[in-house]
Amino acid sequence: MGHSHNTIAFHQDKCDGCGECMTVCAEAKSGTADTLHSRLKIVPSIAANDSFELALCRQCGDPKCVLNCPSGSLTKNHKTGVVPWDAEKCVDCLLCTVGCAYGGITYNAAAGHVMKCDMCDGDPACVKSCPTGALEYNRSAEIYNNYGELEDLFVPGLAACQGCNSELLIRHTMRKIGSNAVVATPPGCIAGMGTVGFNGKTGSKIPVFHPLLTNTASMLAGAKRYYNRIGRDVTMVALAGDGGTVDAGFQSLSGAAERGEQMLYICVDNEGYMNTGMQRSGSTSFGSWTSTTPVGETLHGKTQDAKNMPVIMMMHNCEYVATASLAFMDDYYEKLDKALAAAKRGMAYLHVYSPCPTGWRIPSESTNEVCRKAVETNFVTLWEFAPDEGLRFTHSTDDPLPVEEYLNLSGKYRHLDDAQLTHIENSVERKVAFLNGFMLATSDDGAESLAQ
Amino acid sequence: MEQTKYLIAGCSHAALSALNSIRMLDQDGSLTLVTKDDHLPYSPTVLPYIVSGQSKPEKVKLRDDEFFAQNKVNFISGAGLSTLDVDNNSVTLQNGQEWQYEKLLLATGAAPAIPPIPGLTDTPYHVLRTMDDAVNLHAALESAKSAVVLGGGLIGMHAAENLIKVGVQVTIVEMRPQVLPGYFDAEAAKIIEQTFIENGVAMRIGNTVVGAAPDGEGAKVSLDSGDEITADLLLVCTGVAPVISYLEDGPVETDQGILVNDCMATNIANIWAAGDVAQAVNFYSGEKSVGGILPAAVEQGRIAGMSMINDPAINPYPGGVPLNTYGFFGNQAISVGVSDENALPKDTEVLLNVNEEEMTYQKILIGEGCLLGISGINTDFDPGIMWQLVLQRVDLEPVKEEFLNSPTDTGRDLMSRTWR
Repeated sequence: MGHSHNTIAFHQDKCDGCGECMTVCAEAKSGTADTLHSRLKIVPSIAANDSFELALCRQCGDPKCVLNCPSGSLTKNHKTGVVPWDAEKCVDCLLCTVGCAYGGITYNAAAGHVMKCDMCDGDPACVKSCPTGALEYNRSAEIYNNYGELEDLFVPGLAACQGCNSELLIRHTMRKIGSNAVVATPPGCIAGMGTVGFNGKTGSKIPVFHPLLTNTASMLAGAKRYYNRIGRDVTMVALAGDGGTVDAGFQSLSGAAERGEQMLYICVDNEGYMNTGMQRSGSTSFGSWTSTTPVGETLHGKTQDAKNMPVIMMMHNCEYVATASLAFMDDYYEKLDKALAAAKRGMAYLHVYSPCPTGWRIPSESTNEVCRKAVETNFVTLWEFAPDEGLRFTHSTDDPLPVEEYLNLSGKYRHLDDAQLTHIENSVERKVAFLNGFMLATSDDGAESLAQ
Repeated sequence: MEQTKYLIAGCSHAALSALNSIRMLDQDGSLTLVTKDDHLPYSPTVLPYIVSGQSKPEKVKLRDDEFFAQNKVNFISGAGLSTLDVDNNSVTLQNGQEWQYEKLLLATGAAPAIPPIPGLTDTPYHVLRTMDDAVNLHAALESAKSAVVLGGGLIGMHAAENLIKVGVQVTIVEMRPQVLPGYFDAEAAKIIEQTFIENGVAMRIGNTVVGAAPDGEGAKVSLDSGDEITADLLLVCTGVAPVISYLEDGPVETDQGILVNDCMATNIANIWAAGDVAQAVNFYSGEKSVGGILPAAVEQGRIAGMSMINDPAINPYPGGVPLNTYGFFGNQAISVGVSDENALPKDTEVLLNVNEEEMTYQKILIGEGCLLGISGINTDFDPGIMWQLVLQRVDLEPVKEEFLNSPTDTGRDLMSRTWR
């Protein structure tokens, strides 16, 4: 398997051009605050006022600067991903700058040689200094490298729809959890795609079973108690859809949560019964088209709001509750670690928003973009809760994009009128305000800001 | 007869770039790299620094045995191509080995073109194209106090500067009316020439050498002006010509170099050519010409490798663009694209900004709203970005004023937006 590398990402929409990154870079690399010596350059955009662009070495996988170097002073380190520059070998010919289409390696006349970003040995100073989050050190590659080596516990060729990222989710999740686990996949897409198997053959390399839609949490609770009795520490995992969680499976889950049964319950929420023909569920969002909330002369999609299931689970005082989105894998992995630790003590609940290309009518290649936009518009908020620590956002809810930028990506919202749009905007604001209030009331961070 | 899937003749920039492309998609296919040199791969561009002693031969290798082992490359040095049998898909090497290939890349580079000067063949002279040339010249400096450099091109100028820096009295003789033609116009060349004169180099621009003869251990050259120059060292840097002797009377089509299409394929199946040996299309004229530019060799090698491996991501060669970065006595001269507007249509916009006191010079050529060329001395712009602006014919009309004020910032802005 190839090796992947962390990157410095630039979120152009968040950059306000303050230039702090350049000052910090010059200080870190040249010991002066003169931004002339900065390895990254923020430049004002001519196309739009108050907008900025970035020139920075992209540590190319196939770097042309390296191929252009006649003296062997530039190389590609395939382990770290960085293209380091060796001053001792450099003959100052500048041919590397001809190879770079990004302004990533540039001649510094004051210093008399070229300069380029070296990622500060994996701890880039610029990213830490950025006050707006425009620069981000993306560690997804680390996850890929670390978990790519672990055993995939599902068979190849699961029959998920094209573009569905639930398969990505369950493969990653079980690689991390490992084989000392029992998995329950109630009726829904995850069972339907073949995890429980076909024709008497299992679709997974670990014990997996197919409970009823109603009793997933009860069955896991029973299995866990049995393993505890015989002295074996086995992790119980539910990979359930929203129907099996918020509707039919709710009473058994609520009971198990209230009793503090030890399990990791993961709800993969695609906002409906997508496996059986795209019927509405209690998790279907307001205004959504489904086969049972059609769009016609009288009806214009679902007329009720979705249940806020993760909040309901938080109110059960579970050991750990968190929301996640697969466009933010590093965030998901941190939460998975915490959830696994909590599942040894009691109920850990992860609510993962998972767009359905088939049922939501989105192009199969844009699933991740839909995930990302859901979070950036606050339609979905990323947070975590533990009884002792309260609620904490793991992705800022400040300065969201207009919610339309999310809704416009899915065919299921194509028919929305202004009144419906206003309703959705209001409910997004209300949900964020509620969580903010809860955060202020429960967490240390919140207590601090209340004190001010 | 030995067998190999990929045979690459030559081991400098074009060859290594092709190797890189091939190994992207085929990590295991047998790959053999043959070179007439006795050294690990190195760049001819670095040789002037070997001459001056700034770099050491063992420090400038571009790849080492570890790389070849990791990438499963069979590296054969000291054995250039001797003959080519296209019907049998096979070659013979100078060491007598016979190799049969599935795909062959000819990246055999160029060798010094020696001008037909009467008496030159009987006169001891140096050239500077191979590592051995550079090591010999470096050794000769120990006893030399004076040198004549024939040719004011890149190699000649580089060599002259490195010679004077180690205390050798240097004269440059250039037949044409300016140094570095093709990369800089007469005005920019003047600034460069002046700097050389200030640093003690004798410049004989516009002078033709009409004769050469031995002079004790050294050489004596006679100019068309009637002057005679004697020196301990004679260095001939009057250009290079593609190494294609092994193709003589064969079916591979050649002109000045090996003629290639926009995927670097020759007229013969299974044979490609790239780098200084290839005669590929020019971006501006659409005619095929030989280049001798390092970044072009890298680009051509990359495309040849992709074509050899049937990489679906291949884009055809957009055509050669003059590119040059040239440092001299602490100054930086850079040119991308055309530098002389006389070679362009009459309505080409010429924007010139010269400050003789600060020794800065900048010329921007714009035609039909697109960048045709930018050249500068001690001015600031990213040549890699400018190259892309030229190739992609990015419309500069909406940002022209800003571009002229700051090609650097404007280029970066355009780049960041275009390649986000």
